[in-house]
Amino acid sequence: MEHPLVKMEGIVKNFAGVHALKECEFELRSGEVHALVGENGAGKSTMMKVLTGVYQKDQGSTFYKGKKVDITDTATAQKLGISMIHQELNLSQDLTVAQNIFIGREPRKAIRLFLDDKEMNRKTELLLKQMNLDISPTMKVSELTVAKQQMVEIIKAMSYESQVLIMDEPTAALSDSEIDDLFRMIEQLKLKGVGIVYISHRMAELKRITDRITVMRDGVYINTMQTADVSIDRIIAMMVGREIYQPAKSERNTGGKSETVLQVKGLMRRNTLQDISFSLQKGEILGIAGLIGAGRTELARAIFGADQIDAGEIFIHDQKVKITGPHQAVKHGIGYLSEDRKHLGCLLDMDVKTNVVLATMNDFTKGLGWINNNRISETSIKIVEELTVKTPSIGQKLKFLSGGNQQKVILGKWLTRDCDILIFDEPTRGIDIGAKSEIYKLLESLVAQGKSIIMISSELPEILRISHRIIVMCEGRITGEFNNDDDITQEQIMACATNRTSSAKTEREE
Amino acid sequence: MKEAMIAAKKPAFSFKSALEQFLAFGSLILLIIFFSIASSNFFHFSNIVGILLSTAVIGVLALGSTFVIITGGIDLSVGTVMTLCSVMTGVFITTLGLPVYIGIIGGLLTGAVCGLISGIAISRFGIPPFIATLAMMMIAKGLALVISGTKPIYFTKSPVFMEISQGSLLGDLIPGFEVPNAVLIFFIAAIVGSVLLTRTIIGRYNFAIGSNEEATRLSGVNVRNWKIVIYTITGVFTGLAGILMASRLNSAQPSLGMGYELEAIAAVIIGGTSLSGGKGTIVGTVIGALIMSVLTNGLRILSVPQEWQTVVVGFVILLAVYVDNLRRRKA
Ligand SMILES: Nc1ncnc2c1ncn2[C@@H]1O[C@H](COP(=O)(O)OP(=O)(O)OP(=O)(O)O)[C@@H](O)[C@H]1O
Ligand SMILES: [Mg+2]
Repeated sequence: MEHPLVKMEGIVKNFAGVHALKECEFELRSGEVHALVGENGAGKSTMMKVLTGVYQKDQGSTFYKGKKVDITDTATAQKLGISMIHQELNLSQDLTVAQNIFIGREPRKAIRLFLDDKEMNRKTELLLKQMNLDISPTMKVSELTVAKQQMVEIIKAMSYESQVLIMDEPTAALSDSEIDDLFRMIEQLKLKGVGIVYISHRMAELKRITDRITVMRDGVYINTMQTADVSIDRIIAMMVGREIYQPAKSERNTGGKSETVLQVKGLMRRNTLQDISFSLQKGEILGIAGLIGAGRTELARAIFGADQIDAGEIFIHDQKVKITGPHQAVKHGIGYLSEDRKHLGCLLDMDVKTNVVLATMNDFTKGLGWINNNRISETSIKIVEELTVKTPSIGQKLKFLSGGNQQKVILGKWLTRDCDILIFDEPTRGIDIGAKSEIYKLLESLVAQGKSIIMISSELPEILRISHRIIVMCEGRITGEFNNDDDITQEQIMACATNRTSSAKTEREE
Repeated sequence: MKEAMIAAKKPAFSFKSALEQFLAFGSLILLIIFFSIASSNFFHFSNIVGILLSTAVIGVLALGSTFVIITGGIDLSVGTVMTLCSVMTGVFITTLGLPVYIGIIGGLLTGAVCGLISGIAISRFGIPPFIATLAMMMIAKGLALVISGTKPIYFTKSPVFMEISQGSLLGDLIPGFEVPNAVLIFFIAAIVGSVLLTRTIIGRYNFAIGSNEEATRLSGVNVRNWKIVIYTITGVFTGLAGILMASRLNSAQPSLGMGYELEAIAAVIIGGTSLSGGKGTIVGTVIGALIMSVLTNGLRILSVPQEWQTVVVGFVILLAVYVDNLRRRKA
């Protein structure tokens, strides 16, 4: 029998106080897409970081094409032909797209003394085209949205032409059409015999793209199965260790108590937003759907005062307000959870409790700015329990938490602040399926208390599941609005999301 | 569950931070042991007091610098601003003949205003800290010379002023324990700084900004204003250093001061505070400053020429940062 491409056996990995992997195993054949699933903190990323030499295993062995190998650093893995797209973005923000893709192996010319930028940009152009990506190789990465950065990461990993490609939640920030492009590329790689490890919390994708599924729970290997032989419900049950019920569609309350809390009129921002007007009712979840680059994040940032606006008015409770910075937005009762967890959400070097109370620090101080640590601890423990954050303690630095658990912490940051209007940009990014339904319940209880939520998500089913009303954006404009009680379909929304009428540009009237 | 959540933090946390602190503290002890063995003149009460006294000015400057460095910024102006503060104190007390306490307040205020201006330049006008404080360094240097007419200002008419640095409250209380006030003030300033940094909202935001400024801003923290506050705090410490300096020399020397900022920064770094921000302690800075002066004092006692002392200090900085990196990579 032919050797599997990769085989890992009895892998043990401990961090100070955390047993991340306990005797784990994993096998990857060439030409297969192998899903690795489990709850947040199950050890998926750690397992793959051991394979790629980011972490050193404490015990166990790794075989590559039947030979025992000792992968001590990422360069060794790279040489063997193993590359990984990490869960967190790792691009250099100040370099261009092409420079990022070819970092460390830049094309040279003239006795290899000078960089050959032309060649580099040309190659990048080709790669970008394969993925249907409409960006220029010379664009700076910092100008790209998270989703586009994610695509660049994917392209970069693919360009190494590796034998083994590990994708740690590649689709967490992507919307359907980009996912289609990604899956097309994956199919092509499969034909070439590349083995692909696919980590995802989006269960629907597993059936579409994977051949086998390995389930992990609490650092323990549970089972490996043929995707075709097992139901999604079964997999979820294995992940969480018990059968969980999943309410089909939530018992949504009526929402929209016909009291407008936020009204936006004619919002403009050069190159990103055109004449945006909408309103948000008390007790309503307003979903914003759209593709990458539709301007959803830009809209959220503009309302929150994170970016300057060029024109337009914002009313809160029918009062016109001028928001020139996030600190003012917060004073007006607006909270905003960014989609870019690593760069704009987390204080990675600080502990869980500081992250939880960052937006509410003033509430935890007595005269002269004296901090009440006991109350901070109480509050953060409450959040940790409520959101089932997996952490050894609230004093753990955030960078040692798994991606999904970091997300829960920064979500918790806004839950501790009593905001009337919460803008959540991809709030469930990287969060496992069990915790997700907990978070939906939480959002529903928030609106039941009279708060209002704007929810940006690239996962349409998610938007359809919990919003009362949905607006769709395309190229910086609102191209559709639906009440979620009609029988609207994903197709209708997608039609609006791709409604590129960039020709006859509608003149702004007001 | 509740107890576990907090309790679990305790052993892992304090053990690690103890280890971190131990590195700097351990080297300080080692240095002291080494010099005590190498020379019988080192471990004497009078010499130790001398070391502490010579640490006081740089130490207080370093305390202030710790704040800005934790935000990921830097203040290159503390050396010459310190001089400007001495000069202003001199102007108030000697030239204008105002009471000593007015001179002290004037000196502290001068520091605060300089810090405030740097802070505004940095956070309102977006000038990088390196450049804004480099400019402030020149401005303060020039102003100190202009205001003093390039001549030292002596405090001979106010003998009380000298007591601030050179008197000994402790000696009055405990006969024989003649520790100069400057040392006492240094330690009190360190305690105040430490409390500010660890127990108040200023300190918490200080670390948050250094750790991830943009994420902090997006959490609704008014980062710009807080940075101005932090640079102003640094300025106040600088003013205090200026007063100590003037009192110790019994004069305001307008041409001194340049270069002190680098020694202060060195002390901060040896103390384990990271130049990239988000990490650091006051205790570390105190130890860092002590290491520097123990080193110079010890080398002098061993009759190592001054020029070589500087070379050694340079290598110690390299070593300190290298060891710090090693430790961090392990974590
Ligand atoms: N460097 C580290 N130091 C300490 N603990 C760590 C470190 N890295 C991971 N852990 C812990 O190991 C466990 C497994 O983490 P891992 O990142 O592998 O989870 P995951 O399955 O990828 O989860 P997610 O779905 O949230 O990404 C978690 O409990 C995490 O807190
Ligand atoms: Mg992970």
